[in-house]
Amino acid sequence: MEKTNERKRTFLLITIPVLILFFLFNTLPLLKGFVYSFTNFKGYGSYDWVGLRNYTDLFTDGRIGKSYLFTFKYAVVCTIIVNVLSLVLAFGLNSRIKAKSALRGVYFLPNVLGGLVVGYIFSFIFTYILPAAGSAMGSEFLSQNMLSNTKTAWAAIVAVGAWQSIAMNTIIYISGLQTVPEDVYEAGGLDGATGWKRFRHLTFPLILPFFTINMVLCMKNFLMVFDQIMALTKGGPAQSTESISYLIYQNGMNGGQFGFQSANAFLFFVVIVVISVFQLTVLGKKEEQL
Amino acid sequence: MNSKRKHSEKVNWPVTILLILGCITIFFPLYMAVMIALKQPSEMTNDIAGALSFPQHWSLGNFTEAMRVTDFWNSLGNSLLISAAAVILSILIHSLAGYAIGRNMKSSKFYNFVYLYIVSGMFVPFAILMMPLVKQTSQMGIGNRAGVILLYVVFYMPMNLLLYSGYLKNIPLALEEAARVDGASTWRTYWSIIFPIMKPMHATAAVLTVLGTWNDVMTPLVIMAGTGKNTLPLAQLTFQTQFGTNYNLAFASYLLALLPVLAFYLICQKQILNGVVNGAVK
Repeated sequence: MEKTNERKRTFLLITIPVLILFFLFNTLPLLKGFVYSFTNFKGYGSYDWVGLRNYTDLFTDGRIGKSYLFTFKYAVVCTIIVNVLSLVLAFGLNSRIKAKSALRGVYFLPNVLGGLVVGYIFSFIFTYILPAAGSAMGSEFLSQNMLSNTKTAWAAIVAVGAWQSIAMNTIIYISGLQTVPEDVYEAGGLDGATGWKRFRHLTFPLILPFFTINMVLCMKNFLMVFDQIMALTKGGPAQSTESISYLIYQNGMNGGQFGFQSANAFLFFVVIVVISVFQLTVLGKKEEQL
Repeated sequence: MNSKRKHSEKVNWPVTILLILGCITIFFPLYMAVMIALKQPSEMTNDIAGALSFPQHWSLGNFTEAMRVTDFWNSLGNSLLISAAAVILSILIHSLAGYAIGRNMKSSKFYNFVYLYIVSGMFVPFAILMMPLVKQTSQMGIGNRAGVILLYVVFYMPMNLLLYSGYLKNIPLALEEAARVDGASTWRTYWSIIFPIMKPMHATAAVLTVLGTWNDVMTPLVIMAGTGKNTLPLAQLTFQTQFGTNYNLAFASYLLALLPVLAFYLICQKQILNGVVNGAVK
């Protein structure tokens, strides 16, 4: 009896401080932000309650709308490109090739490098190397700086984001492909399943859990894009590449919109939770059906 | 049988060659950065050759100058301190929490609730907590390196708790019971038996926490603003706004910032790949 009590007490003595710590620096700021979202707080000085005005303003504010459009366009396009390319790459790296582990090591490299510095390096490529190559090839389109054109800047950010993220998704797909037993292919081969058919009906259903992980990871990370924006465009040109995170940072921290951006942050939080839960349930259902 | 073995040993050369060619996309940006960093501004002509050709005189002058301008050693020291402290504290605290919560969540509603409560924190991005946290940390007097370390311990708690309590399911209770019969306290049993057994999970948690904290810009940017202290990525941000147009110096500085993590990757590549896969798949 003495022993059981001692065990219970120790567990509580561990759990309660951890719980307090987590509440203090995760839940409490979330709640505080929620409270601030009903005020016109500038980040300093006094403030008044404004009720739901910040939330109604969110839907009429052009800059907010633009940042949501940009962030979603970026996240969706990036997620598709990254998943397609990393799946292809994973097949390649999982086939019978020479120097397998060295190649895998190289392709994972972008993942360990910091997004900000990678962004600066690519910024030079977009500003000088690509235009120089473009004009050498006589292409008018390529000889412009992609980053200074409102129509192309987002694509440049997609390229950098994808360059870094493919690494991670490829590794996850490889570990997925390794779980597919060789005799599944042999049995499928007897039934005439080859090429696309084999992928669609044999491989893909078997690696669906890994697809789910990658989709959820991708969407969440890309929706929060910040470093690349900071390094490549700082939200420009003409605010065409302002991500939601960047806007919250820029206007909430330095632009005197603490209250308004708190409302934006809370809406963003709800959006992320809804998307993640949606992805998990829809893809989870698919997994169950198989 | 013989023909089958032959088949499985056959190297797929077309794919190998394609993959080797594909490495150019990885190495090109890094090659370009090295070439620019080794050159003087006068060698940078406006064509591609100006950036990509080998320098006329090999000189590390840009690197020493960049180290001076960005206060490299102090930034490196701050980055090392923050990442190391965050990782050590995370391993100690999160594994303990994983133990206490993981061992009880099946039988107790309270622990099950605590588990779900903390793990659901994974859905809360930093951008949402940012503004209140800046206020809160400065009010508490921890708008500095200590605050950043503390925040990392909290931010990585959901993921690490998930990993540790998952790993614990495979460790039989009998191990602890034997120690208990011998009269050891729960606390001592944990440190002498459970903590060492969880070593593979410590490696995974350490890798994921290091990669996340080392490259993070946003947290130190807003929390440490005004302390005059930089982390390595932050130093690049300040450098860019001040000297961004001297590309030779800038690229030397960027490469210096990439060097520590490149070295870490070269040395611990296997552990890093394993850690990342373990973390994502579980």
